[in-house]
Amino acid sequence: MWEALITAFPTLSLLAWSPPGWGANLMRGLANSIQIALGAYAVGLIIGTAGAFGKLHGGPVTRDLLAVYTTVVRAVPELVLILILYFAVTDLVNQAMVAFGYARIQISGVAAGIAVLGVVQGAYATEVIRGAILAVPAGQLEAARAMGMPPMRTAWRITLPLMLSNAIPGLANLWLIATKDTALLAIVGFAELTLQTRQAASSTKAFLTFFLAAGALYLLITLVSTLIFAIIERWARRGQRPST
Amino acid sequence: MTNFWHPHRIVMAAIAIAIILACALLLRWDWLPKYLPLIGQGIWRTLWLLAVTATLGFLIAIPLGLAQAAGPWYLAAPARIFCTVIRGTPLLLQLWLLYYGLGSLFPQFPAIRESDLWPYLRQAWPYAVVALTLSFAGYEGEVMRGAFKGVPGGQLEAARAMGMPRTTILRRIWLPLAIQRALPTLGGETVLQLKATPLVATITVVDIYAVASRVRQDTFIVYEPLLLLAVVYMVITGLIVLAFRWLENRIPSRVA
Amino acid sequence: MKKLTLTLAALALGTAAYAEPVKVGIASEPYPPFAAPDAAGNWTGWEVDMINAVCAAAEMDCVITPVAWDGIIPSLTSGQVDAIMASMSITADRMQTIDFSNKYYNTPTVIIAAKGAGIAPNAEGLAGKILGVQVSTIHQDYAQTHFSGAQIKLYQTQDEANQDLVAGRIDATQADSIALDAFLKSDAGACCEMMGAVPDDQAILGQGVGVGLRKGDTALAEKFNAGIAKVIADGTYDTISAPYFDSSIYGG
Repeated sequence: MWEALITAFPTLSLLAWSPPGWGANLMRGLANSIQIALGAYAVGLIIGTAGAFGKLHGGPVTRDLLAVYTTVVRAVPELVLILILYFAVTDLVNQAMVAFGYARIQISGVAAGIAVLGVVQGAYATEVIRGAILAVPAGQLEAARAMGMPPMRTAWRITLPLMLSNAIPGLANLWLIATKDTALLAIVGFAELTLQTRQAASSTKAFLTFFLAAGALYLLITLVSTLIFAIIERWARRGQRPST
Repeated sequence: MTNFWHPHRIVMAAIAIAIILACALLLRWDWLPKYLPLIGQGIWRTLWLLAVTATLGFLIAIPLGLAQAAGPWYLAAPARIFCTVIRGTPLLLQLWLLYYGLGSLFPQFPAIRESDLWPYLRQAWPYAVVALTLSFAGYEGEVMRGAFKGVPGGQLEAARAMGMPRTTILRRIWLPLAIQRALPTLGGETVLQLKATPLVATITVVDIYAVASRVRQDTFIVYEPLLLLAVVYMVITGLIVLAFRWLENRIPSRVA
Repeated sequence: MKKLTLTLAALALGTAAYAEPVKVGIASEPYPPFAAPDAAGNWTGWEVDMINAVCAAAEMDCVITPVAWDGIIPSLTSGQVDAIMASMSITADRMQTIDFSNKYYNTPTVIIAAKGAGIAPNAEGLAGKILGVQVSTIHQDYAQTHFSGAQIKLYQTQDEANQDLVAGRIDATQADSIALDAFLKSDAGACCEMMGAVPDDQAILGQGVGVGLRKGDTALAEKFNAGIAKVIADGTYDTISAPYFDSSIYGG
């Protein structure tokens, strides 16, 4: 079966694991992409949680600054933000280091990628989490307060679990965006899946084979993630009446 | 509007103006006059791409949404697969697949090379339009599916009870109500589409992003063209948001 | 990540003694036969061998760091790499932003086109044609100055321009003779042939290819110059070149 496929489409053998196949390269790229997506997602969640609380409970200055942050990030293309952050941030960090008499530090591609995509993710996560917190029925919180629950325990026992089930669809969407946005790092020369695919394709001239293979890999990530998030959502909604 | 100018906002606005002035005075803008015509063309091409692909994409999204919401399985399944594939893979990859993958196959067939289409297939923009249109259709198709499903069943039943033919129901009742439901997300999707347009620069379409790259590469000035780019995109986003707000206000709001 | 932690640890201890390796930037896009990744993920090619030889000769600890060509000069100035060895020609324009070592190779600039196209490599021959060049290269500069009658299409990499020449989207492309020779010898290059060298223009085409360095980084410049001189003097240069080229590419 496999042999027959290879004879029909000889370029398929280029996907083999060991050289002359490029399979290992693609997998390395995939691993890089997933690593960055995970990192960026984590950074985004941290910024998003802090941002949501800032927007809801912060002072007027905090709120306005956060509004500027989320507006700008959501209005400017990720590609442009990546270029600005990638060059400007590393430049500023290094200028500061040199000014304080230290040597320049090397910011690795992975760290820069995580930071850049994390800042982008953070803006969207702020809105998702803020919306989810607002959607927690006020009656529940009042009931908790009436029963004399301290604020921290209310947050932990009432707000968080109720908010989670509201936030999960939005957060799932953000994760899918994170995995796909890693492709943009190809433009700054970071060896993630899309760039690895590109290099393999232009070295072998088997464009369709490699692009389709990479597409299948991305699709696989999407489908598996969707499945996992569906399970998480079911868990988060346990005890809730099914909506009609 | 009166309670907008709190004291802290005045301070923040002053800081913002100071930053803008510092950018204008301290950074290098001497390249601007020379590249102004190119920048104008680039902005025009970005807007053109956005308008054309969003319109075409929306027109494709309607049948995609309808097929998924109410179509028989042999229409619903392909529509669903199309939306999943488009939404599940990066646009950059789709673009390169079309331009480098498919585009490199075409010239191998003399029939295509000698056809009247060849002068178009030779250029990069048709690939950009196709990729961006399909992408918009994929995302918006999903929105339209929800919108078609969300139209209250009573409205359709009433129309049916009055003996309206199916196509008339679709044209007069179902589609307008679905579009009205989709409108708030349509603005957001259009902004996302705008943010996707700079990717076409990677297949040699000269949009505003490509012009800024050219400035960076010609002059080795790094930040100024990027800042200009960010401002241009923010202004366009602002215009899109305003346009959709105006459109939403013109259409009577949802009746319960 | 580990390196970052190490660097941070070194900083925290306040020690400057930690010997930083020299990050040598190369273009992350394949540019055969100078630098291209192989199926195992390693960078190979003449320039990669050259980087290793020069660094060994100058007793430097070098790390090859691929950077997008488009951002390679900002990467240098912002400190993400310490040197550029990516077939970058020494030109007056670039000298305003960065410094260069002495040249380590110099080859003519040529034009290739589809077989039988008969495009002369000058302004008359290219009038009305579509010419592809790589962005921010001496070739872009040259084409825009001398071939105003041609429609010039800019590519991020020479590889893409070559692909579009094969795909018939451009009529000709202009680049370094070695890179285009290698392309013509490949399977994909069967479509096309050499049209000849363009008329010389020293001011634009420069004085050969050198190592790009941050302005004022003279210590590193001296090291690279010494390394290049040593590699040429002890015959390593010829040994490296032999598998790739028929004759020396050091040039006049």
